[in-house]
Amino acid sequence: MSVSLFANGYQARQDRRRYIERTLGTIAAIGVLYWLGINFEKSPSQFFQASLIGLSNGVLYALIALGYTLVYGIIELINFAHGDLFMLGAVFSANFVSLWLGREYVGGAQWGVFFVCLITVMVFCGTINVGIERFAYRRLRRAPKLAPLITAVGVSFVLQFIGLHWNGSGPKTWNSILPKGAFYISTVRIPYTTILSFVITIPLLLLMSWIVTRTRQGKAMRATAQDQDAARLMGINVNRTISFTFALGGALAGAAGLLFQQTRGVTSYNLGYQLGLIAFTSAVMGGIGNLQGAVLGALLIGLIQGLNDGLPIGLGQQWSQTVVFSILILLMAFKPTGLLGKRVLEKV
Amino acid sequence: MTFALNTLKKLKRSRKEKVHKATSHRKWAIGFLIAAAIVWIFYTYILVHLSEGLQTLVQSWFPPTTLNEALVWVICALGLNIVVGYAGLLDLGFVAFWAIGGYTAGWFMSAFFHQVNFHLFSTSPKVIPGIHLSFWAVIFIGGLICAVFGIIIGAPTLRLKSDYLALVTLGFGEIIPQVFTNGENIGGFNLSNGTKGISPVDNIGVPGKVLGPFDFSWKFFIFVLLTAMMVFISLRLRTGRLGRAWLAIREDELAASMMGVPLMRSKLSAYAVGAFSGGIGGVAFATHVNGVFADRFNFSISIILLAMVVLGGMGNVWGVMVGALLIAWINSTGLPAFGDLVNNTFDTSINFPSYNFLLFGGVLILMMLYKREGLIPESRLKAILHEADDSTSNVSGGH
Repeated sequence: MSVSLFANGYQARQDRRRYIERTLGTIAAIGVLYWLGINFEKSPSQFFQASLIGLSNGVLYALIALGYTLVYGIIELINFAHGDLFMLGAVFSANFVSLWLGREYVGGAQWGVFFVCLITVMVFCGTINVGIERFAYRRLRRAPKLAPLITAVGVSFVLQFIGLHWNGSGPKTWNSILPKGAFYISTVRIPYTTILSFVITIPLLLLMSWIVTRTRQGKAMRATAQDQDAARLMGINVNRTISFTFALGGALAGAAGLLFQQTRGVTSYNLGYQLGLIAFTSAVMGGIGNLQGAVLGALLIGLIQGLNDGLPIGLGQQWSQTVVFSILILLMAFKPTGLLGKRVLEKV
Repeated sequence: MTFALNTLKKLKRSRKEKVHKATSHRKWAIGFLIAAAIVWIFYTYILVHLSEGLQTLVQSWFPPTTLNEALVWVICALGLNIVVGYAGLLDLGFVAFWAIGGYTAGWFMSAFFHQVNFHLFSTSPKVIPGIHLSFWAVIFIGGLICAVFGIIIGAPTLRLKSDYLALVTLGFGEIIPQVFTNGENIGGFNLSNGTKGISPVDNIGVPGKVLGPFDFSWKFFIFVLLTAMMVFISLRLRTGRLGRAWLAIREDELAASMMGVPLMRSKLSAYAVGAFSGGIGGVAFATHVNGVFADRFNFSISIILLAMVVLGGMGNVWGVMVGALLIAWINSTGLPAFGDLVNNTFDTSINFPSYNFLLFGGVLILMMLYKREGLIPESRLKAILHEADDSTSNVSGGH
């Protein structure tokens, strides 16, 4: 009797909680739709322009967010240094394109340089990420959670130090080697660089998804993520698999770095901290550990940020961070598993 | 009979141990006060009689303002120690509490709200408009506001796993400074004066004496007093029921909840107490620099505080104090002074303060890799942190 009473009380509480969450969620959704509606009515072209900017930021976030989600999926570590790795990628490609190969590019040469740089920066960041894992995180794999997390914060600071000395303390502007023009669909301006970032990012994301779901190495990654000990018993080299995961994440961060540097033309040493946080928020939004979720979350965050910054009735750019992090906190409070994440019981 | 005797002996022994433990705490506390007194005597009486060269040496390596600032860091680090060291919850946004405390001082101890003229036990002249409360009242108000914010941010998120919690606190630590930076016009209301900041903040009032902004020794006394209070609170809480609950949660959350430790309440109180001391530190810092400026509150403050706690020894009050004093000194005076020395002797021009990123990052990494328990370790934590090391050979072994 008492057991069933307890169960009823528990059930009632859960139901009430769910009801409150659903109501609040609906109210929030109606509010957002209303806000979008009045903005759309006020100025449709500005609306589409803001969405486009948001989405092109979103694909960049997706590349970084995948690195977070891959690493979290396999060793349950928030790799705080990942954003700074992206920053190093941006600084590296700026130097590579503008200083080391510094001359005017004619004809199709710029595309050659661009793709050589893409490959180089991916290898560069992948190698650094593997090195970080090897020297800082591997020894702490069995240590209490707090230890690798603090180490990751430390690594982030060290990478920022490298960026500070490489790039200087202020932001630096660079010339882009990509075509500068744009075309118009009615009044919406679409720069070629935006198209290019979609063209580069989407194949990378598809390649990524192919590696994880279709290849032998990807199978090993999924097995390691599920249970390291069992994977080891099945003959999987766990260390190599984890290194491979870090290499993949690092390579994507490097690609993001090049794209960022070429489309924005600015690098600074504290770039990675802000963008890394936003990217991590996206990964959490989609459900951390879930690859499609990270991409979806990144596009959504990019869109929200773009709309907030660009719409006539909005909080504006100065509140950009606050909006993103408020979403993060609300999400954590009400739906910590994210949009596409599965509910998992805590392992004991 | 022998059994009774044995138990009696055991009882005696345990009581002896207890007494010993209490006196060892007392020894530390007395040591701290004596050290503070020696420092004070040195700066006020001995320093003026020393030779010219020695005086400039002390002024360039250990200026008294650095000492006061370091004490503010100690207060905040002790608060973070309660959250990270005692309860094992990683907080990466502690700067938020520092900022809120600072702005509390800005609101209630300056001419900021010039529409009203309200004075309460304040030493500032009555003609200056604004809300002017006594420093001691503002300390408690600041602490309480921070504690409330700590609970607000903690309540919905403490159910989360530790790494998610770290992220939420980080987000909080980003939001609050941005609110203050953009706070010049929030719905037509000026909350924080934006990037201009609030300055000047009233001086600390002591009965029968008006303190100037550069009054080193009184401020030193007051900050030492606040630090001593925080140390006292930390030590008493640790041995009490709540502190034991925190330690249990830190060591094994699931086991603790099975033993009847109320998880949410204990974690929330850790947050509240930690935030309270963050608020005290914020108010103290505002009076120390005589103003509040939004751009000072950035992520690196949270990380520096964390580095202090980790370097000194998570969970050990004295360790954290040593860590905080050391890092605060290096950050504000030690590194620039050392840089000057090296640059002058070797005729180089290396920008030493820019190395603090490397320094703090390196401290965090190396401490975690080689000495997780810190400089002055806490015995219990040391045992846990190295518990898993036996099995690491399994992990690192290749195939």
